[in-house]
Amino acid sequence: MSDITADTVPVVALVVKDETPFRRFVSEFFASKIATSGLIVFTIIAVLAILAPWITPQNPYDLAQLDIMDGRLEPGSVGGSGMTHWLGTDDQGRDMLSGIIYGLRISLTVGIGSAFIASLVGASLGLLAAYGGGRTDSLIMRLVDLQLSFPTILAALMILAFLGKGVGNVVIALVIVEWAYYARTVRGSALVERRREYIEAAQCLALPTRRILFRHLLPNCLPPLIVVGTIQVARAIALEATLSFLGLGVPITEPSLGLLIANGYEYMLSGKYWISFYPGIALLVTIVSINLMGDHLRDVLNPRLKK
Amino acid sequence: MTVYLLRRLLQALLVMLAMSLIVFVGVYAIGDPVEILISPDADQMERERAIKALGLDLPLWQQYLTFLFRAVQGDLGRSFVFNEPALQLILQKMPATLELAVGATFMAVLIGLPLGLYAGLKPDSAGSKAIMAGSILGFSLPTFWVGLMLIMVFAVQLGWLPSTGRGETAQFLGLRWSFLTRDGIAHLIMPAVNLSLFKISLVVRLTRSGVRETMLMDYVKFARAKGLSPRRVTYVHVFKNILIPVVTVVGLELGSTIAFSVVTESIFAWPGMGKLIIDSINVLDRPVIVAYLMIIVMMFIVINLAVDLLYSTLDPRVRLEGKS
Repeated sequence: MSDITADTVPVVALVVKDETPFRRFVSEFFASKIATSGLIVFTIIAVLAILAPWITPQNPYDLAQLDIMDGRLEPGSVGGSGMTHWLGTDDQGRDMLSGIIYGLRISLTVGIGSAFIASLVGASLGLLAAYGGGRTDSLIMRLVDLQLSFPTILAALMILAFLGKGVGNVVIALVIVEWAYYARTVRGSALVERRREYIEAAQCLALPTRRILFRHLLPNCLPPLIVVGTIQVARAIALEATLSFLGLGVPITEPSLGLLIANGYEYMLSGKYWISFYPGIALLVTIVSINLMGDHLRDVLNPRLKK
Repeated sequence: MTVYLLRRLLQALLVMLAMSLIVFVGVYAIGDPVEILISPDADQMERERAIKALGLDLPLWQQYLTFLFRAVQGDLGRSFVFNEPALQLILQKMPATLELAVGATFMAVLIGLPLGLYAGLKPDSAGSKAIMAGSILGFSLPTFWVGLMLIMVFAVQLGWLPSTGRGETAQFLGLRWSFLTRDGIAHLIMPAVNLSLFKISLVVRLTRSGVRETMLMDYVKFARAKGLSPRRVTYVHVFKNILIPVVTVVGLELGSTIAFSVVTESIFAWPGMGKLIIDSINVLDRPVIVAYLMIIVMMFIVINLAVDLLYSTLDPRVRLEGKS
């Protein structure tokens, strides 16, 4: 702010430039070291996952690159092809480091993808409930209550028992168990926003309902949605890993972190810890980094905590 | 009160009915039990006889009506795999799961309360910060992975605790329990700790925020002004008042603890309902899946109803007639 003086920039522009809610939000977010480090760690993980095919020492899905003779090597040992396996190998002779980076890719895709779809579904239904009121509202909220009264893992288990394994099915299951959180959050803030003058103004202009809902109401309900979304991504990743560990999630051809951990289970008892240990660490770091961001976002975006 | 109770019961019944339909259609419309249950070598005659015996030749709605009619009489079908009544199969496994869930809840309160109390009384000390960081970790750690690590450390490397099964059990009230024998307790410790991790974090956070709020109350100030020892203020005046929300939440969580035991039981080969359902899903043993889900749904309806009623008793401000 110091380098902008009143004679170079009109006063109005100065206010707009410095005090947009977005800028304030960004500066408040980065004011917290914990949240910033969470963001940095998460960014690194995401970049690793995106770049997986170019940075991993081995393509874990290419059977031609695997050698069963390299199976269950300890971390740091050198395999038959002269490659150093820094995190060891699994029972198929697959390099764990490569497997983990590829696994991250699947875990993140499923977690973020399902959270995104669930937020679309949940936010639309939440808006509809708040704006429609009456019967629509009570019908949607009954469904939300029903959904929230059952533990997510149980509902997901039930859905996967019907649908069977598969990445697509896991996403469907996660969307079904998660939409209610978004719907409840959006409805809550939409109920407040709905009574504001700008909505009344939009109604007086005879704008179509859809436009009012998505262009006027939704943007003002975004802050709590972002908080719930962040935390739900972490929950989705953890739930996917759990389901895959139980053998109900992703298929063996597309191992996520949970499935990698499950693969190491039987070798654990003979002291070969690394097959389960390292994917678990990757999972833990991912979830913690997202939770740290989410925790702080909640404080930043909560007007009640504003001084 | 009676009207409210009746309406809630009717509601519960409707939910049960809806769930039974969803569960039934979900389980029976997808996949083909014939392929799994009848040997591929069986000839046409044998196949047809087996299909008839299992009632799979009837149209779906008729199968559902038969199922519903029998369910009302407590018959949820026979397990395809064990050839035993599904309900009986699950009820046999229930004590093991309940034992685990109650053990975990107990542990959560035993560990979480003192830690939360400390963190609430001395919010700025290093110990409290460590406890709070630990509670974030407790929320973030994937349960199943922690279970594996526990096995690795305490069963494989140190060899202190057994990693599978219930161990020796003793008869009590006509059922077999692990917590009555030394060996059984040794088997119970790791699964219970594993299952309680999440709850410990929850109890720590609840207790801490409860203590911090209660410390600012007038009656605490008054007790201090009266010259009571800090010990007495903490343990009598503060502690008693934070107990209500903690106990309520922990009780509420019992249902989800039972649901989450699916994961813990699978890791530690604990022979409870959770392990049974995972095994049944893997071999598509439909009557058992359906029976398990129906029992769980019923359990949740009962828990939710009980909590609603309890709330109104504990807090007169909550009016049962409520929204109408």
